[in-house]
Amino acid sequence: MRAESARHYLDELVNWASARLTGEEVLLAHFSGEDSDFVRFNHATVRQAGTVSQRSISIDLIDGRRHAEGSVSLTGVVDIDHHRVTQLMSDLREQRAVLPDDPYLLYSTASDSSERLVDGQAPLSADAIDAVVSGADGSDLVGIYAAGRSFRGFASSLGQRNWFAAGSFNLDWSLHHHDDKATKNAYAGLAWDPDALATKLAWSRRELDVLGRAPRNLPPGGYRSYLSPAALREIMDMLSWGGFSLRSHRTKQTPLLRMVTEGARLHPSVSISEDIAGGVAPDFQAAGFTRPDSVSLIDGGQFAGHLVSPRSAQEYGVETNGADDHEFPTAIAMAPGLLPTDDVLRELGTGLYIGNLWYLNFSDRSACRTTGMTRFGTFWVEDGEIVAPIEVLRFDDTAFHLLGDRLVGLTDTAETILDPSTYEQRSTESLRLPGALVEEMTFTL
Amino acid sequence: MTDSETRFEERLLAALPADADYASARHVVERGSRLEVRNGVVEPSSTAHDEGVMFSVWTGAGAGYAATSDLSDEGLARAVEQARGWAATTAGRTVIDSPPFLHTVGEYASPVTDSFDSLSLADQVALLVEADAVLGGHARIVDRSASLVRHDIGSLLLTNGGGRVAQEIRQVFPDLRATANEGSNTQNRTYGAGTLAGQGGAEVLARHGFRDAAERIAAEAVALLDAPNCPTGTMDLILAPDQMALQIHESIGHPLELDRILGDERNYAGTSFVTREMFGSYQYGSELLNVTFDPTVPGQMASYGFDDDGTPAERTYLIKDGVLQQPMGGTISQARSGMAGVANSRASSWNRAPIDRMANLNVEPGGSTIDELIAGVEHGVLMETNVSWSIDDSRNKFQFGAELGRVIENGEVKHIVRNPNYRGISATFWRNLSGVADDFTVMAVGNCGKGEPNQVIRVGHASPHCRFSNVEVFGGEQ
Repeated sequence: MRAESARHYLDELVNWASARLTGEEVLLAHFSGEDSDFVRFNHATVRQAGTVSQRSISIDLIDGRRHAEGSVSLTGVVDIDHHRVTQLMSDLREQRAVLPDDPYLLYSTASDSSERLVDGQAPLSADAIDAVVSGADGSDLVGIYAAGRSFRGFASSLGQRNWFAAGSFNLDWSLHHHDDKATKNAYAGLAWDPDALATKLAWSRRELDVLGRAPRNLPPGGYRSYLSPAALREIMDMLSWGGFSLRSHRTKQTPLLRMVTEGARLHPSVSISEDIAGGVAPDFQAAGFTRPDSVSLIDGGQFAGHLVSPRSAQEYGVETNGADDHEFPTAIAMAPGLLPTDDVLRELGTGLYIGNLWYLNFSDRSACRTTGMTRFGTFWVEDGEIVAPIEVLRFDDTAFHLLGDRLVGLTDTAETILDPSTYEQRSTESLRLPGALVEEMTFTL
Repeated sequence: MTDSETRFEERLLAALPADADYASARHVVERGSRLEVRNGVVEPSSTAHDEGVMFSVWTGAGAGYAATSDLSDEGLARAVEQARGWAATTAGRTVIDSPPFLHTVGEYASPVTDSFDSLSLADQVALLVEADAVLGGHARIVDRSASLVRHDIGSLLLTNGGGRVAQEIRQVFPDLRATANEGSNTQNRTYGAGTLAGQGGAEVLARHGFRDAAERIAAEAVALLDAPNCPTGTMDLILAPDQMALQIHESIGHPLELDRILGDERNYAGTSFVTREMFGSYQYGSELLNVTFDPTVPGQMASYGFDDDGTPAERTYLIKDGVLQQPMGGTISQARSGMAGVANSRASSWNRAPIDRMANLNVEPGGSTIDELIAGVEHGVLMETNVSWSIDDSRNKFQFGAELGRVIENGEVKHIVRNPNYRGISATFWRNLSGVADDFTVMAVGNCGKGEPNQVIRVGHASPHCRFSNVEVFGGEQ
């Protein structure tokens, strides 16, 4: 099964399976696939290189309010895939007979078909390797090049069809001076431009000069800090871990609990939305519901709305807005502020320029208190000038400070970050974030 | 082996290029199921059948792989040609230019005493409904769930030199969770935070008392609402095994992975404060610290006969009497570094290439009873069940949190405390190991993430209760 035929294959497979339904059965199918090249680099040489081609289909087989779900890899051989789907449907019917009614079952019964194509053209991987190795120019480059096409599809026996296909590339790398002193950058998008990559790599190499200076070993304490968009992304990932999920709110597990129980607020300049229209993720989910272009989550520092999956909608009696079951944002965006991006060092004055944070977790989830480490491209700044890299520091602070009473401002431009994550499959998530200047960030180790 | 399996194996062998310096086909089929009851509602059951094959080809000082779920003759042939293409593209610019692999022949199967299939779906539903009801037996419980997950994984590694390794792994993950709330205070208790899992069948449920754990978990979640915050200060710390699992994982396991030490993970999972020169002499911990890489423990999550490069697995001391002995590095890392290693080249599935991973990484039991550990504490905290983990990219500065703490005063356990946390530095923390108990709980961590492209893998940890001195302990926001 070649890439261009995946959509047709899904359509035919679901039509074939739908013809084998019995009684009042309804079939929901969610398709996922990709043809990806992966090249892993260490010391600007290839550590591993290869291609992954994978297709799978998940089926939810429904009879009234009873249902069971299952997924199976697709081989591309019609007879084998028909056999696998037949076996899956038989297993699901057996399981369904044992299960009680599901009071929270909710699926799309509309003919809400759609198509979203994100057209991109990745280079030949051999050319990409050449560009990376030559662009590194002898420096110690480590990273991953991932490129190719991704597919997602929804199809139901009720006739709905939704299709998403994207072609893209994502080169995510760090250049290392010594030990953990490194700078990080990425080049991701839809149209490969060797000159743009060369420019970014040259910028990374220039940053190495600063990383060679003797690092500052700062004692724990409070420091005025600038969080780059990449660093702020780590904070946002933690807020996204239940922060906007209706289920997490109703079960009191949200890290933003104090916003709903005590009226806590973030800074008035903080507005956050799920911006599907501005992202590169599918605009539909596994139960067939489509997503609105935008969902306001935080508006002017106040909690504004939830991400609501179909199950949560049914459980809590509200409308779904097309969130996945885990109710995690897929295209989160924070509105930029007024701080001139070009002046962040001057606005910072003396303090920490934090290029990246790393390995965050909650030290008190109910209070949204979060700990984590500084990582790549983090520098001590004096009077608006970068002085030296630092030895890594651990912070332990709450978002109610960092994006609340201690937030000085957000930059006037926001950066798009295409998620380089490749767990099980290449991510289609993205973020659009400004940088944030914080009056004081608490460091503990 | 069925006729169709035999024919498929013959097709894989036929697809392997005989003229390559080395070539392998690694076929993996993983069947899984999940059942969960949440707040009295049976969630939809789910099953998964994930299957594919990865071809690896080494030729002419280059190497590459291609993985596909397309198992047609055309799909297999296309994958082999793609892998050949990568080998040609990377020739002369890879970190290693010749294949170091064995052509191993062998088999392994998880020991199973009571097949998971002996639990019908109806039995599983009844078991979980009952556990969920018990979890909900307190007014302030606002969310709870009981779940069972199984994975049956079959793998077959064939090489163009006659290698054949077939393995059948059976894994079971039972879990219980209770969330209690009052106002802005939310507390969770779980069944070991997912660590009380292992290889086997239905007998895995009995190993840690799954059927009887719900009442305790719910009661402790509610009790934590009324407990004081964990005290702040430098004090003795006793870690229960389900907190030790995480402590071992993050501050011994990852730093000793040889691919980190060689720099492969510097862009993602991180590097290591451990350097090659430290092995054989570095005092990693007190002399009470003994750590083994042991894929031979029956029933532990990451037991196997061979790693995914076909290297036979065996028990190996990584730290002996506190002194660092050797790293966890598979065949490729060993060849690159010239160092001894272990059979730990593992892939998350057919669609990812093997890299250095933990398997079962265990702290060996000591000579004290748990009561003796506690009796030796004048002022301290005992922490149970990991809830938070964070460590720097060199695996040195860490901060971990637990679900529940128990204050110890003058050698006696007193009241429980909520939001217990502690922080330290790996390089010094283990040297403050002042007591190792004689118990030994065999556990798992099911979500270890690493690698580019990313891979999640299941590993095993086993540990006794351990006591550490002079640890910075603290609680949450008031």
